Amino acid sequence: MIELEGLTKRYGGKVAVNHLSFTVRPGIITGFLGPNGAGKSTTMRMVLGLDRPTAGDVRIDGKHYEQLEDPLTYIGALLEAKAWHGGRSAYNHLLCLAQSNGIPASRVREVLDTVGLTAVARKKTKGFSLGMGQRLGIAGALLGDPRILMFDEPVNGLDPEGIHWIRNLMKSLAAQGRTVFVSSHLMSEMALTADHLVVIGQGRLLADTSMAEFIAANSRSYVRIRTPQREQLLDALHGAGVSVVESGAGVLEVDGDKSEAVGELAARHQIVLHELSPQRASLEEAFMQLTAESVEYHAHDGQPPGAVPQQQQPPGQPPQQPWGSDWKRG
Amino acid sequence: MSTPQPPTPQAAPDWQAAPGSPYPVYTSPIPVVRAGLRHAVASEWTKMRSLRSTMWTLGVFVLLVVGIGLLTGAVVANSSTDVSTSNPLEQGFFGVLLGSIAVITLGVLTTSSEYGSGMIRTTMVACPTRSRVLAAKSIVFFLVAFVVTLVSSACVAVVHAALLEGQTSGPTGEQWFKATVGVALYVALLGLLSLAVGSLVRHSAGAITLMIGAVLAPLVVALFMFSKSLENVQQALFEYSIPNQLSIFYSNSLSDSGPSGLDPLWIMLGVTAVALGAAFALLEKRDV
Ligand SMILES: Nc1ncnc2c1ncn2[C@@H]1O[C@H](COP(=O)(O)OP(=O)(O)OP(=O)(O)O)[C@@H](O)[C@H]1O
Ligand SMILES: [Mg+2]
Repeated sequence: MIELEGLTKRYGGKVAVNHLSFTVRPGIITGFLGPNGAGKSTTMRMVLGLDRPTAGDVRIDGKHYEQLEDPLTYIGALLEAKAWHGGRSAYNHLLCLAQSNGIPASRVREVLDTVGLTAVARKKTKGFSLGMGQRLGIAGALLGDPRILMFDEPVNGLDPEGIHWIRNLMKSLAAQGRTVFVSSHLMSEMALTADHLVVIGQGRLLADTSMAEFIAANSRSYVRIRTPQREQLLDALHGAGVSVVESGAGVLEVDGDKSEAVGELAARHQIVLHELSPQRASLEEAFMQLTAESVEYHAHDGQPPGAVPQQQQPPGQPPQQPWGSDWKRG
Repeated sequence: MSTPQPPTPQAAPDWQAAPGSPYPVYTSPIPVVRAGLRHAVASEWTKMRSLRSTMWTLGVFVLLVVGIGLLTGAVVANSSTDVSTSNPLEQGFFGVLLGSIAVITLGVLTTSSEYGSGMIRTTMVACPTRSRVLAAKSIVFFLVAFVVTLVSSACVAVVHAALLEGQTSGPTGEQWFKATVGVALYVALLGLLSLAVGSLVRHSAGAITLMIGAVLAPLVVALFMFSKSLENVQQALFEYSIPNQLSIFYSNSLSDSGPSGLDPLWIMLGVTAVALGAAFALLEKRDV
């Protein structure tokens, strides 16, 4: 169990982590979500005693990280960037880690096997690809067979098979009663793996909720309608007391799962419909709306902000825009 | 928002409820070892021997000390100059002076390269007692530097003593001691100072430049102090410069001013202790 209490980190004038309080519990996967620069990595570094908090406190089963006598068998971490010397072989890198905690050298071969790096164990890590590096980092985290695991963006650079593997690995680790704390930018990824969700933006806590609750609360459903008899349909809907919004280009939207009701209403009034499709806003959209206020590094795609409402995406196609393309319109 | 209970776990063989904990907690079959300095030293030794650059740097050091030592020894032995009154081991100086640059490099890299590569984060996560990491690094590096310097300078000294056998009365016990153990301690301390500077500066190129500057700058500055009024400063800069201190281990007689005997060793010990103390203090304070 990891407990954060008012954790704050300031770099010069910049507040990277702002009064964060939450708990990471055992037996489940806790997803840690936030846009670039939200403070996820900084928070994780503070858990590991690498960065000293400006204020507040973080404890692992009641202890500070420095107080752990067997750190690697207690908590394993995959850090954000490659954190090893490129001139050393994968085997020797893991061996020096194992030795520092009195972990038997046989464990090094085991974890190399687990992550699938046995064939390149004696090669210098300098030549490793992004995905191989990620696997080596995960091997380091698993080395002590720890009860708490922290992964900072583990799927970074992994191929689809690797992503599938890490997903299942995390699930099985949590199922064994371990604490799994994993950061990501990708809501869709978290929706598949995490049981609990902590969302931060600009260092502040935005949400601390179970995944199921988050999905229930945030995936807005609506009905998308196109018709050549726009006026008649609007009248009919108003007459039936259904509120409707126009989202440009002859498209109407009705909140809720009301496609049957709308279809029947249109039939009763003999209105032609070109489209009547139930829609569900993706979790990614919900996440972006949640963090829209706190996105720090905006990319610009050349469109004036608010020019195109997001619902105008073709049906069934998730929005493909990158992070921070001015999502405040939603 | 509400905090839900974790899902009920499926039965797994590893399940075990920790006493007093409401959650079942995973317990590893790996024996838990209380990590200590012994483990940190073993780890640092593996780090040092598993890098080809370390081996290269040490190889260059041995080559410089032994190669230049043998060369100068041979030249002096075959010349007709009278060497009967000088220290028969003094020709070992040049090799050690040049070799010390390799030791400085290795000392700096032992600490600073971990900051460059990001390895330091992994190291500190594995061993959160930061002072233990620096202590282990210091111990491993000092022993390696001392042994390598001792062996190579002893080789050179033995050869020199043999080459000049007939021309001098043979090295005294003190001359033997200073040219082997004394020099090895001095060079290893110089390397340890570099290690401390590497830890303070955290930047390989910067720290190496700083250390080589510290070795050469006083001599170079002293060389160009022509003014009469600066004579004392010039004298001090010269006498306390690292090359001159190193030459004292090979000198024959006690000079009337400046360090003599084993003074260089005490001076270097003091400076290194201060730098290492600062490195320990700052390591605790700074973020990794
Ligand atoms: N050592 C540091 N010195 C100064 N500022 C820092 C430092 N580390 C992080 N920051 C700043 O703190 C903020 C949070 O950074 P952090 O790396 O924790 O974000 P993140 O959530 O991990 O982002 P990403 O998703 O891009 O990995 C950023 O604005 C960053 O610029
Ligand atoms: Mg990060």
